[in-house]
Amino acid sequence: MKVKIKVWRQKNRNSNGSFVTYDSPDLNPNMSFLEMLDVVNEGLAVKGDEPIAFDHDCREGICGTCSLVIDGKPHGPHKGVATCQTYMRSFKEGDLITVEPFRATPFPLVKDLVVDRKSFDRIQQAGGFISVRTGSAPDANAVPVPKENADLAMDAAQCIGCGACVAACKNASAMLFVSAKVSHLGLLPQGQPERHRRVKAMVDQMDAEGFGGCTVTGSCEAVCPKEISLDFIARMNRDYAMSLLKGDPKGIAGGGA
Amino acid sequence: MATLNSNIPTGPLAGKWNSHKFSSKLINPANKRKYKVIVVGAGLAGASASATLAELGYEVENFVFHDSPRRAHSIAAQGGINASKNYQNDGDSVHRLFYDTIKGGDYRSREANVHRLAEVSVNIIDQCTAQGVPFAREYGGLLDNRSFGGAQVSRTFYARGQTGQQLLLGAYSALSRMIGNGGVKSHTHAEMLDLVVVNGHAKGIIVRDLQTGEITRHVADAVVLATGGYGNVFNLSTYARGSNTTAIWRAYKRGACFANPCYTQIHPTCIPVSGDYQSKLTLMSESLRNDGRIWVPKRKEDCGKAPADIPEEQRDYFLERMYGAFGNLAPRDVSSRAAKYVCDEGRGIGPTGLGVYLDFSDAIGRLGESKIRERYGNLFAIYHEITAEDAYKTPMRIFPAVHYTMGGLWVDYNLMSNVPGLFVLGEANFSDHGANRLGASALMQGLADGYFVLPSTIATYLATVKPGSRPKVDQAEFKEAEESVRAMTRHFLGSKGKRTPSSFHKELGKIMWEYCGMARNKAGLEKAIQLISALREEYRTNLMVSGAENEWNQSLEVAGRVADFIELGELMCRDALMREESCGGHFREEYQYTGADPEVQQGLVNSGDVKRRDDQFAFVAAWEHAGAGKAPVLNREPLVYEEVKMSTRSYK
Amino acid sequence: MNLLLRIWRSSLGKKYVMALTGAALFVFLIGHLVGNLQVFGKPELINRYAALLKSQPGLLWGARIGLLACVGMHIAAAVTLLQANRAARPVGYAGGDAYGSTLASRVMPMSGLVILAFIIYHLLHFTAMQPGINGVGDFSKLRGELDGKPVTDVYAMMILGFQVWWVVLAYLVAQTLLFLHLGHGLASMFQSLGLRNHVWWPRIQVFARVASLALFIGYGSIPVAIFAGGLGKDYAAKSKIQLETGSIQKEVVR
Repeated sequence: MKVKIKVWRQKNRNSNGSFVTYDSPDLNPNMSFLEMLDVVNEGLAVKGDEPIAFDHDCREGICGTCSLVIDGKPHGPHKGVATCQTYMRSFKEGDLITVEPFRATPFPLVKDLVVDRKSFDRIQQAGGFISVRTGSAPDANAVPVPKENADLAMDAAQCIGCGACVAACKNASAMLFVSAKVSHLGLLPQGQPERHRRVKAMVDQMDAEGFGGCTVTGSCEAVCPKEISLDFIARMNRDYAMSLLKGDPKGIAGGGA
Repeated sequence: MATLNSNIPTGPLAGKWNSHKFSSKLINPANKRKYKVIVVGAGLAGASASATLAELGYEVENFVFHDSPRRAHSIAAQGGINASKNYQNDGDSVHRLFYDTIKGGDYRSREANVHRLAEVSVNIIDQCTAQGVPFAREYGGLLDNRSFGGAQVSRTFYARGQTGQQLLLGAYSALSRMIGNGGVKSHTHAEMLDLVVVNGHAKGIIVRDLQTGEITRHVADAVVLATGGYGNVFNLSTYARGSNTTAIWRAYKRGACFANPCYTQIHPTCIPVSGDYQSKLTLMSESLRNDGRIWVPKRKEDCGKAPADIPEEQRDYFLERMYGAFGNLAPRDVSSRAAKYVCDEGRGIGPTGLGVYLDFSDAIGRLGESKIRERYGNLFAIYHEITAEDAYKTPMRIFPAVHYTMGGLWVDYNLMSNVPGLFVLGEANFSDHGANRLGASALMQGLADGYFVLPSTIATYLATVKPGSRPKVDQAEFKEAEESVRAMTRHFLGSKGKRTPSSFHKELGKIMWEYCGMARNKAGLEKAIQLISALREEYRTNLMVSGAENEWNQSLEVAGRVADFIELGELMCRDALMREESCGGHFREEYQYTGADPEVQQGLVNSGDVKRRDDQFAFVAAWEHAGAGKAPVLNREPLVYEEVKMSTRSYK
Repeated sequence: MNLLLRIWRSSLGKKYVMALTGAALFVFLIGHLVGNLQVFGKPELINRYAALLKSQPGLLWGARIGLLACVGMHIAAAVTLLQANRAARPVGYAGGDAYGSTLASRVMPMSGLVILAFIIYHLLHFTAMQPGINGVGDFSKLRGELDGKPVTDVYAMMILGFQVWWVVLAYLVAQTLLFLHLGHGLASMFQSLGLRNHVWWPRIQVFARVASLALFIGYGSIPVAIFAGGLGKDYAAKSKIQLETGSIQKEVVR
């Protein structure tokens, strides 16, 4: 099969970008979308043109490195998968496929289809952890966790940090990502001591990074490769309200340990 | 010749680690912050080490080539992590985990290292649980376990099908905490391109910023490499595309010995290759073998038929037939080779004939589809996504693929290489898995090294370093290292040949898989060495790299990594050629059991199983770089077994 | 004070403001509808109700100011959030935008804006009784008598007001957008306040749809019944004369 791809090309953050359309060589429908880009790039390189820059790593849908907005949908046409798990059999012979980078101010563009998602790391650094020093942990079975809670925490913890939720949202809101992190730890007994401090620190950092607000459009849930539920956003809203009502304890510094 | 002192503590095996910790020097808290440690990599080992060192008070700088310290390929481990907790009351113990690991590694690992690994395994589970890793639980709220290949007890802790990601997120959260409070300085999109050795000690690294192309020098009192394995030398593997050998290879070229490079693990349960365009192979967790039965048709003629049309009596459940006691849970190397044999006999299935069935119909009949869905739902979904087949209805097709490298930089008991001040953790070192790694042990080793071993043993080196004695980055050694990196970059960008780095990588991969893959022999390895050396020459003269130096340039990144893979590939073939025995994942066709051997007649092993030669090859092969164009030097570290008797590995 | 500032400064806090003020306005909409539906009864019914409200100026003005404050805060939060959202996502996608979202959720700012315009018109129309905008005349001349006291003839005002086709159209357009706004907003209100989980979410969505539809039907039925259904036709004719002549027609108010 053959397709055309209309790709966003932009040399770097400071230059102007534009779409360029390429004809693919003959493709096998069992190729992944990224393998299709590999093949197109190989052709470009041999011609002496610059290959299309795109982010990828594990190519099995777990590292969260790959991005791309394919025909208006982050991670391509299928539900519950990442771009690297999108296969060419999902497209038709002769399709014109539009490929764009994730668009969000807190994800500044690096080159072509690559964006910088460090803002997610900074949100994590603000409070996305349980403060436990190595070596200080009690026996793992000392604190039983109801299976329902463990399972729900696991549902949230599945987030691969790809940023598709932000890319899909018309407000570039990071609520699904942050709420998944907050809920994962907030659902476990180990996470209770820092529960309210965590949610406050992470939400405040999220705001500081310039992500938009949630208007409950549901785009994020629809594109999430791990199909993380909007329920977690509600849970975070609840926790954040509690943290506001509780206020800060006296005399502690923010951030870190 | 390098000096290889394994520094294994004296005394009884079970007490070595504790007595070593007690007798090791400590660094007082006020002095710790005067020491700076560079950690390269943020997978399980790198992230856990960075966080823990910072918690102890050391000044830590962490470098990753990824855009975030949460992307390393540890994240892809599916099945689980072993620990000798004996929560199942099925007879597990530290000693049993130690013994299983030694045996699984085919008696080619260090007893003391493996025992320490088994000891700290229990602390890992405690630590990770406290961090909020959502391990699977039973209804009573306590932790659940599953069984895994190479063990007859259930000691594997898991978090659905993504244990690796959950453990990595745990380590990443610890690292994030320390970045947030200033304990760790994090550099992302920062690729280490050289090691700086000053007066024989590792004191810094040279780094390229992948976004801007800027090359910078970084100095520290010690350098820790936790940069993962090198299985991408085969091009097609279950590794992430970005996984590479560059950090450890350049350390090798600066004097660190490379140990047992030929020990490669071929994982039995991967999705078969479908075409030449393929960029990676996808693993189906070994845990599937708990409930799936592996078979091929008994007769070649049936291979083209739909699996449902092949009646039960015409199926060959070959692992159950060959390895009764372990059956479908035989270790990875054994299972992979068995699959290769039946395919070599022409009984492989699927379009390429390189595949076997992994069938869940019995388990679905026994437990119901919902139970199977709960256990493996995401794996079945991955399989469906890739193959468009429904494994609840029809058996999966699987075939072995390169999955892990047991070899790596040589380290002593303290995880320090033969270059003082250079520590190597996780898959990047060679230390704990011998010639074959058991399932669910890689996560265990990465976290053991990072959380519990290095933070304690690094003090033995730092105690010998005067605080504040760090060299300056404008010293000659740093300038020289930076200049060599710049020269290499200039060389690549000046290459005006006709072939892309990826095309060389593919060709290298084919040579390696053909001659240095699941089965190796003398003639093939000698041929591979010739082919690789010709490939290396062509790489020098016929390479083309697009783009410029001071920008995001993926071609340039790949060019450097492939150059290192080509050189490493040659060393792997040399090592495989030198090791005239079969052991674990290293299978030399000349050295296998046949019907004439008493072990086969006694029913201990099968004909075709690996045959070790303990009298001549019970050693660690540590290769030393001798300079460009010169053959590497082989150093031998003898493997001394005090506790376990080396015996024929039997899984029958 | 610190707490209020904090709420206002955080994006989540502003969403709480949106949700709580939205909830208050929703409650008002129900009450307002119940009041207005009395138009389907005898003229005396709604006029008595109107007179009752006017007899408690403290309560009435308290409620009015409270409601206006709610509207103001709702809008202020919406505008600042919208600015932040636009800044966060200044570029759209060429391949199609907003995958997986509903129309109602995407048009919230627009529907809100139209509703605001409508509120202003509605206040001028019936509360301030500005003669120039109703297409009929000076509503303040519509006086009736109740229990011997002179009152505003609200019934006549409504019946006459909805004789004008473009007024009816304007009300129906606004009510349609209100329907959209509430269909999304009512469910989001629970989401923003964190009052949802996987069990309650489907029920909340049903509630939002049913409630917004009920309000739409309720409110929409009034202009439609008057304009097309002939509700109060005779009364309208008499009131029209009153409007033109300015004489009080005592017999119609009993």
